[in-house]
Amino acid sequence: MAKTPSGENAPPKALLEKLFRTAYSIRVFETEGIKLYRQGLIRGYFHPYLGQEGIATGACAALSKGDYIASTHRGHGHCIAWGADIKRMVAELLQKETGYCRGYGGSMHIADITTGNLGANGIVGAGTPLGVGAALAAQVRGSDAVTVTFTTDGATNNGTFMESLNLAAIWNLNFILIIENNQYAVSTPIGDSTRETDLYKRGTAIGVESHLVDGNDPLAVHDLMVEAVKKCRAGQGPILIEARTFRHMGHHVNDPGKYMPEDKLKYYKERDPVDRARNDFIAMGGATAAEIATIEKQVQDEFEEAVEFSKNSPEVSVEEFREFAAVY
Amino acid sequence: MREIMYRDALREAIDEEMARNNQVFIIGEGIAERGGSYKVTEGLLAKYGAKRVRDTPIAEAGMIGVGVGAAIAGGRPIVEILYVDFAMLGMDMIVNQAAKFRLMTGGSGSVPFVMRTQGGTGGGVAAQHSQSLEAMFYSVPGLRVVMPSTPADAKGLLKYALRQDDPVMFLEHKHLYMTKGMVPDGEHIVEFGIGDIKREGKDVTIIAWSNMVHRALEAAAELAKQGIEAEVIDPRTLVPLDKQMILKSVAKTKRAVIVQEACRRGGVASDIASIIQAEAFYELDAPVEIVAGLDIPVPFNLVLEKASVPQKDDVIAAARRSLHLDAYALAAE
Repeated sequence: MAKTPSGENAPPKALLEKLFRTAYSIRVFETEGIKLYRQGLIRGYFHPYLGQEGIATGACAALSKGDYIASTHRGHGHCIAWGADIKRMVAELLQKETGYCRGYGGSMHIADITTGNLGANGIVGAGTPLGVGAALAAQVRGSDAVTVTFTTDGATNNGTFMESLNLAAIWNLNFILIIENNQYAVSTPIGDSTRETDLYKRGTAIGVESHLVDGNDPLAVHDLMVEAVKKCRAGQGPILIEARTFRHMGHHVNDPGKYMPEDKLKYYKERDPVDRARNDFIAMGGATAAEIATIEKQVQDEFEEAVEFSKNSPEVSVEEFREFAAVY
Repeated sequence: MREIMYRDALREAIDEEMARNNQVFIIGEGIAERGGSYKVTEGLLAKYGAKRVRDTPIAEAGMIGVGVGAAIAGGRPIVEILYVDFAMLGMDMIVNQAAKFRLMTGGSGSVPFVMRTQGGTGGGVAAQHSQSLEAMFYSVPGLRVVMPSTPADAKGLLKYALRQDDPVMFLEHKHLYMTKGMVPDGEHIVEFGIGDIKREGKDVTIIAWSNMVHRALEAAAELAKQGIEAEVIDPRTLVPLDKQMILKSVAKTKRAVIVQEACRRGGVASDIASIIQAEAFYELDAPVEIVAGLDIPVPFNLVLEKASVPQKDDVIAAARRSLHLDAYALAAE
């Protein structure tokens, strides 16, 4: 992870700006979203990605149009990093017709197949076989598209984790599996769920190239992903990446997360991925305070506009729903 | 028309659709080099290559999930599961993923996924290889449930399954693979939701699917000797169900007997009976009869296996009861 803060080896400024803008957008979406939840404007479940922004941010920046992602129940960050329209995301959370899923899906099911977003998922671990399936369809099609599934430490103890990674391996699929190891399966610490807490080692056991990366370092995630994507497109997939991170709060908005030790939380908050992206942009990209302030303002305005858009959007139609239901 | 076996008809359907659409591919246990346990995929590897005809490890949840993911991403996968009993390992992928995706995306997503598998009793394969589990899939909105009884239907329905956009539970029957039937030459497609009158009659309607169609036809032949003309209706697809064909027949015969190999409790037959009583109550001259498997896991012993599922005589007895020809069994209790 040696980095050159300046000079010709420094990462391009545009990349550093993109990483910061994305990470900050996720931070704003989740922080402001929680406020809307507390006001009763957002109902149902809401699993914030706070503290984990570095992973989606770094990973998606290494992907291209035509690639696929599959996400988790904690999926807002992946959507945003994938380039989703904040307006349609907020509208979905506000149950509006203009939402990504017309209000039929909600927080845990935002998907946009037109852009290759296979969707968030309410079933822990389910995105792994689905992602492998997308990679298989791409291979059958003769495409070099890469599919990335974001999964969780909790999902690694589900049978489909090994079943699908193994299928990807025997078929040499363009598939990258990123375990976002936030060290808790809801409230159960990873050490209580498995004897081997270095989760990336599970890949090596079945012949899959596997890596560990600091999930709170968006640039490190990005750089590793660039290599992983390159290898996949050269027919050397699949690849497993464990990105270690920590949540900033409990499992969902109504979980105070009291089981998370304070010293550990403090440790990770001091290594905040959004701060990291901002500092990298300043230190390596030479961003000025004014540039930072402009981006932050733009992101905040974008969210506020999305809320206005959603509030003014039409409600769903029960008549249309009945028509929809008739095909079942 | 040619007379071919059920398994050959299935192979023709897959072959023709693979030739027609290069997104169609098939994965399953022992389906490539070996041609599948029932020889349905024999020869496809040589014709279409290893990219589109793939063996899988024994990992049902993984392979069903991979099929669903491929379908979401625009592929046309067929996943062959050796026994419907084994599909239970992949139920999350069927029930929570495949069945839900269209609705969860507000209608923008689709899952053109076909799971081919087989169920039913046959030859003492015991409790974990003999089940008829269509009711499980029937009760999950979002799935299509297809149960062909003849080679022609098997071919036509499978071809249609590979051209429509919803997840299909294509449930074959282990006893039927080597049965023969006439199949039309050339393009033969059977749309979902259109039942087939396998035998016309005016006295009693017998509704049956999959292997039970043949039990019903045997029963109808015997009933004919007794002067009773039974009409045998095969809905062919349980979801969508050709309700109109059933109601029309009941309006004609005034009597309905529903035959299913699956256990009685919580079965599709109960649901069809409820539809008939709700929508054709005043047409009925007798209670709707259900002839079903026992509410019990299927035992190994061949005599007991036979005792677990409906036989020809059970169908005949039910038809006669509905015609008030014999005393009701209830009267004895």
